[in-house]
Amino acid sequence: MAWFEKATETPLRVPTEAVWTVCPSCKAYIEKAAWKAADKVCPRCNFHDRMGCRERVALLTDAGSFTELNPEVSFNDPLSFKDPSGEAYRDKAQAAVQKTGVGESVLTGTATIEKIPVVLSIMDFKFLGGSLGSGTGERILLAAEKALELKRPLIIATASGGARMHEGIISLMQMAKTCAAIARLKEAGLPYIALLTDPTTGGVSASYAMVGDLNIAEPKALIGFAGRRVIEQTIKQKLPDDFQTAEYTLSHGFIDHIVQRKELKAFIAKVLRYAGF
Amino acid sequence: MRDCEVIKHSEEEDLTMAKKTAAKTKTAAKKTAAKPAAKAALTPWEIVQIARHAERPNISDYIELMCEDFVELHGDRLFGDDRGMIGGFATIGGEKVMLIGHRKGRGVEENIEANFGMASPEGYRKAKRLMTLAAKYKLPVVSLVDTPGAYPGSEAEARGQAEAIAHNLEFMSTLKTPIVVVVTGEGGSGGALGIAVGDRILMLQNAVYSVISPEGCASILWRDGTKASLAAEALKITAESLKGLGVIDAIIPEPKGGAHTDKKLAVEAVKKAIVSEIVALKKIGLTELVDARYAKFAAMGRFA
Repeated sequence: MAWFEKATETPLRVPTEAVWTVCPSCKAYIEKAAWKAADKVCPRCNFHDRMGCRERVALLTDAGSFTELNPEVSFNDPLSFKDPSGEAYRDKAQAAVQKTGVGESVLTGTATIEKIPVVLSIMDFKFLGGSLGSGTGERILLAAEKALELKRPLIIATASGGARMHEGIISLMQMAKTCAAIARLKEAGLPYIALLTDPTTGGVSASYAMVGDLNIAEPKALIGFAGRRVIEQTIKQKLPDDFQTAEYTLSHGFIDHIVQRKELKAFIAKVLRYAGF
Repeated sequence: MRDCEVIKHSEEEDLTMAKKTAAKTKTAAKKTAAKPAAKAALTPWEIVQIARHAERPNISDYIELMCEDFVELHGDRLFGDDRGMIGGFATIGGEKVMLIGHRKGRGVEENIEANFGMASPEGYRKAKRLMTLAAKYKLPVVSLVDTPGAYPGSEAEARGQAEAIAHNLEFMSTLKTPIVVVVTGEGGSGGALGIAVGDRILMLQNAVYSVISPEGCASILWRDGTKASLAAEALKITAESLKGLGVIDAIIPEPKGGAHTDKKLAVEAVKKAIVSEIVALKKIGLTELVDARYAKFAAMGRFA
């Protein structure tokens, strides 16, 4: 066997995936431990990667303060929806429950943020694209009602592609349902803060994401109503790269503040203190 | 009596005429041809064609045939006057109301002006302004829904389409005046819902109301736009299905073959339904009314 053949036969094997995270934006190799320590924010380019709902609870709340609300509320299949291939929505949703360990696309609970008692609703994009199902709407409504009962501020972190088509009109109605609950909270003088993370689009942007006393967002988060492709087809033009970013949304007057992830907890605590908490 | 005619006409005749209507569009024609046993009820996809029919009564027809008086009120006071969403003071069967609704045009020119019934943020904000006035003047709101969806354009995004709709949802849920919503044609997703939170949600027999168009669902979910007729079925978007799901309160019957075959008769049935709902709602105290509205929407999607 020639020396060059031998070399290819036993390649140098370095288990990169166990050590490195490749930043989805700048493609830099970041040590896994550093990536985690930075809460999934790229130390090179400041790209804010998506977080799971439990990771975000840990980011925003005082350690050990979180108690989940309504874990019994899960997804429903009001249309008995099936794809033409025969694949049932029910099975997909069940798989999402297994994958995320959460019963719906939002995790709700009570917690404290720098000792301020709050009610939280944190969406998880990994659960069917963070889509707004009837279970999602019900959990958010119950969280808002809990905030009203306990006289606490409500914070919702959004991460969603929009309505959940598999639940049809019932999904659409969750937009009205969640906004009705938030309206009641506001009438009682309680603060509601919407934290928009990547992505916040469609029916979620057109409901509870956009009605915060304060709407805050993470850098570069995608925020918009219609999808880029649909808009480009409608206006028959290419859209600029910064279209529908958090920065674009702020400059058009719909976001109060863009907050770096590592400063989120302190920022929310600070504004809640201005609100009298 | 006209109203009796609307309800009493033979169902078979109704179906035959409606099928003819639906067959006018190519896709629906294929569907009908493929199903010679057309004795069954209209398919959801056929109903979509009727709901979108170019001659279906639009808001101008409702104003002309249903209102004794109409004073249009323009503008959102912030940016402009959306011609895809109109509103104003109206008198319907002696009842003074605030009428708002999407506007589809008749013919190309009017449709371009009305943006084919796709409202922009200023349309939703105009509707909100008029509803604020309605509560101030103690007028019930009548909202006529007929839109393919909110306008998906870059200008609409820049001016906050999502924010405009979201605030209407919140606002209408606590508005202290009766709100009667009628889905007259297409209830296109958030663009429809943006003026459709109310105490009573009525729907015409051949109207549709959906989270997404059947074409959109087929192309996004199944990556195949030609499966729209299947999506129309799966999404359960017809008045009958929605009544079963508890999303709408009542179905207003249409004349044989669809509302466009006899506009006067169709509008008359809508007028009668609206007036009777307003009379009933005006008897309810405002606190009780708003509480019941909250309970109504809170119960949607609660399957204990």
